[in-house]
Amino acid sequence: MTFSILGTGSALPSLCITNEDMTKVVDTNDDWITARTGIKSRYICGEEGLSELAFTAAQSALADSGVKAEELDLIICATVSSDYITPSLACVVQKLLGAKCPAFDVSAACTGFLYGLDIAASYYARRPDMKILVIGAERLSRITDWTDRSTCVIFADGAGACVLGPGDDLLSILLHTDGNVEPLYAKSSEGNCPFRERSEEKRGYLHMDGQDVFKFAVSAMSRDVKKAVELAGITQDQLDYVLPHQANVRIIQSAMNRLSIDKEKYLINIDQRGNNSAATIPTLLDEANKSGKLKKGNLLAMSSFGAGLTSAACIIRWSK
Amino acid sequence: MTTFEKVREILVNAKDLEADKIAMESTWAELELDSLDTVELVMSLEDEFGVALEMNENLKTVGDVVNAIDAAL
Repeated sequence: MTFSILGTGSALPSLCITNEDMTKVVDTNDDWITARTGIKSRYICGEEGLSELAFTAAQSALADSGVKAEELDLIICATVSSDYITPSLACVVQKLLGAKCPAFDVSAACTGFLYGLDIAASYYARRPDMKILVIGAERLSRITDWTDRSTCVIFADGAGACVLGPGDDLLSILLHTDGNVEPLYAKSSEGNCPFRERSEEKRGYLHMDGQDVFKFAVSAMSRDVKKAVELAGITQDQLDYVLPHQANVRIIQSAMNRLSIDKEKYLINIDQRGNNSAATIPTLLDEANKSGKLKKGNLLAMSSFGAGLTSAACIIRWSK
Repeated sequence: MTTFEKVREILVNAKDLEADKIAMESTWAELELDSLDTVELVMSLEDEFGVALEMNENLKTVGDVVNAIDAAL
């Protein structure tokens, strides 16, 4: 027993920032951004907080699933950019939803949503009748360095969610961690402890070595999808759709060349949405679900990678 | 086939470049490859030659990559 996806939801932040808008912030241009990332526009939060965005995505997933908030047995939220250091975003969403179940966050950066699905799956091994809400939500615009033109054009905000119920639709899932800080990190603030020297270092912002992350991401995605397919006992050509983490379209294209899956099967929305970390896969899934693209019995591969370095992939049967 | 000839062949196939325009001294900018193209190239070369190469600022030309592969073999 693993789980079935009963419903999906997502929420769009209020500000749409085009590449043209970015040229007013840093020295860049539409051709450069498009060629290196595939991004034309991205959405970021205006006055709204991440809690509100995650709550909206959760409400949308509950409505799609027909499950009431009070029926939830667990809320897992993947994020690295919550409104609060503590409490967790999951606790804030629990309160907003009026749910009564345990709730906690998972920190695995862009891979967080798939880590959340893996944790959820292990709960089903203990108690098969649960209803679990898994959310991926990020407000990276708060930890993006808007003076760093190599990263500020990429990152974005967003939230996506899934309601899970009893079922056998998770055919395989694998997680991978290669502990390595340097390629992608954001340092915590130093605080104001009077007994320590304070450094001049700029903290609290995302720092990325694009080439190292690209290399890790392409290797991880091609390796993980192959392995997840093998563990599910299927072949790559049996997949109906691939939902890759929307980090950079060049990563997806490069991994495509290392896999044997028709290019039309890859779902891509980074051109409109930018890279909103843990929110990309549940958002893609919700768009595919709500647009009527997914058919009962479809086999979906999800693959993600990010800071940690972490990566994960899974094969899910769509049975809604 | 020398390391240079193999690197040139991979560049021609992967990036649709003309073989006679590629020399040891060619920089990535001259070949119109951006920073992500060079990572892809290095990954293909690692697979082809069975070596592990470090991405760093010293890899500026085709010759730099050829020498890095020869040193790793």
